[in-house]
Amino acid sequence: MRRGRAAVAGLALAALAAGGGAGAAELAPLTAQPGDPARGRDVVRDLTKATCLICHALPIPEEPNPGNIGPNLAGVGARFSAGELRARVVDATTINPNTVMPPYFRTEGLNRVLARWRGQTIYSAQEVEDVVAYLGTLRQP
Amino acid sequence: MRRTSRRPDAPPRAALARLLAVPALLTGLAAAVAVAAEASHEVEGRRSGWLYNSPETQALQDDEFINPGMFAVERGRTLWSTPEGSAGKSCASCHEEGSMRGVAARYPVYDEKRGGLVDLTTRVNLMRTELMGAPALGYEAADMLAMTAYLGRESLGMPMQVAVDGPARPFFEEGRAFYFARRGQLNLSCAQCHDDLAGRKLRGDTISQGQINGFPIYRLLWRAMGSRHRMFEWCNTSLRAEPYPAGSREYLSLELYVAWRGRGLPIETPAVRR
Ligand code: HEC
Ligand code: HEC
Repeated sequence: MRRGRAAVAGLALAALAAGGGAGAAELAPLTAQPGDPARGRDVVRDLTKATCLICHALPIPEEPNPGNIGPNLAGVGARFSAGELRARVVDATTINPNTVMPPYFRTEGLNRVLARWRGQTIYSAQEVEDVVAYLGTLRQP
Repeated sequence: MRRTSRRPDAPPRAALARLLAVPALLTGLAAAVAVAAEASHEVEGRRSGWLYNSPETQALQDDEFINPGMFAVERGRTLWSTPEGSAGKSCASCHEEGSMRGVAARYPVYDEKRGGLVDLTTRVNLMRTELMGAPALGYEAADMLAMTAYLGRESLGMPMQVAVDGPARPFFEEGRAFYFARRGQLNLSCAQCHDDLAGRKLRGDTISQGQINGFPIYRLLWRAMGSRHRMFEWCNTSLRAEPYPAGSREYLSLELYVAWRGRGLPIETPAVRR
């Protein structure tokens, strides 16, 4: 079962209220089971899941040809807490309303989603956790 | 060479060449090469997709002998004067040779009778169904792409210039709104990629400005020619957004806006793209 967007948004708003500035947005874990960084490394490369490599460089030697739309994610685990990383993966528009980064865990407020994907998130809740765990391991700039 | 060679304003096939039965492809060449060298791919910051392609792909487009889109143009040239349908007419029965120069550069247009926009494809089909007694062709039918490629080629080097005022205005506004609206599971608008990120790498692809001055294009990824509306469908589907049908009001309006956005860019049909 996937969590509804409403619950997630509620968490994000609570975090915003608590944390002050928009950049401080943090999200609590979406699942009880901790993320698995090795699985996360596979998930971020998965072509069927709008791979992060479309836009970001990642320290993955087998992926020499990433996009250059978002910042290089090397070292991102040292720059952000797990909660901040999660907020960005779940729905980066909560941090920057104009972002081009797709929302990986949101179904509401989207326009004309293909029938095949309607009502589905790009990542499952557990996949978000796996990806966040993997990003947390990226500590070298 | 640049100064002295003639622009292809003259009839595309010289009488002598016709006598000698030299293929039109050859006679048009000298002039066309001059245009390719002269015609700018950039006008006031508006940049043709050509500029974002590799030198190999650019060369493939520029050389008429190897440009795979030229097969469609040649086929279209043949169809132009081949009677079809119950009226026994061809395009050439009603239109003089050379009379199509400039047409592709100003389409789509508002059409009084239909009370809406008409693009080249729709116009060709109206000719076929209303005047020739021939069946309509699909957007991506080989003969339709041949016809629109031929018509595009007739406007080679001419600046794209569509009318967006008067009765076309509401369609133009609709197209503009479409262009700026986020859509699909990836939640992106045309503008976010083609206005803001042109020149950046989307994984292996360099994002261009999404200009439509080269359509129909031969796309290497498709190994085929494709219409402007097919490209819109492709981008929409890539965003995991439900596309609209080719020829829909939505895509005609979008086409009008995108053509205006690229105003002044020379027609370069058939473009070759990655
Ligand atoms: C279509 C482009 C695109 C895709 C796909 C994308 N991002 Fe982003 N991302 C961006 C952009 C652009 C930024 C810069 C901040 C902004 O504009 O929101 C960003 C910012 C980030 C940041 C903050 C980095 C920093 O140093 O400030 C993180 C973390 C991040 N992205 C992770 C990911 C992960 C993980 C994925 C895949 C699950 C992903 N992104 C997919 C475009 C993208
Ligand atoms: C996620 C980024 C993205 C979005 C959003 C997007 N496109 Fe594209 N588009 C591309 C890429 C990548 C290509 C292929 C490379 C190129 O020509 O730019 C392309 C190609 C095109 C081309 C062909 C350009 C040429 O020179 O042949 C057109 C036209 C176009 N897009 C129009 C649109 C329209 C209209 C929309 C909105 C409905 C749109 N695009 C949305 C990424 C995008």
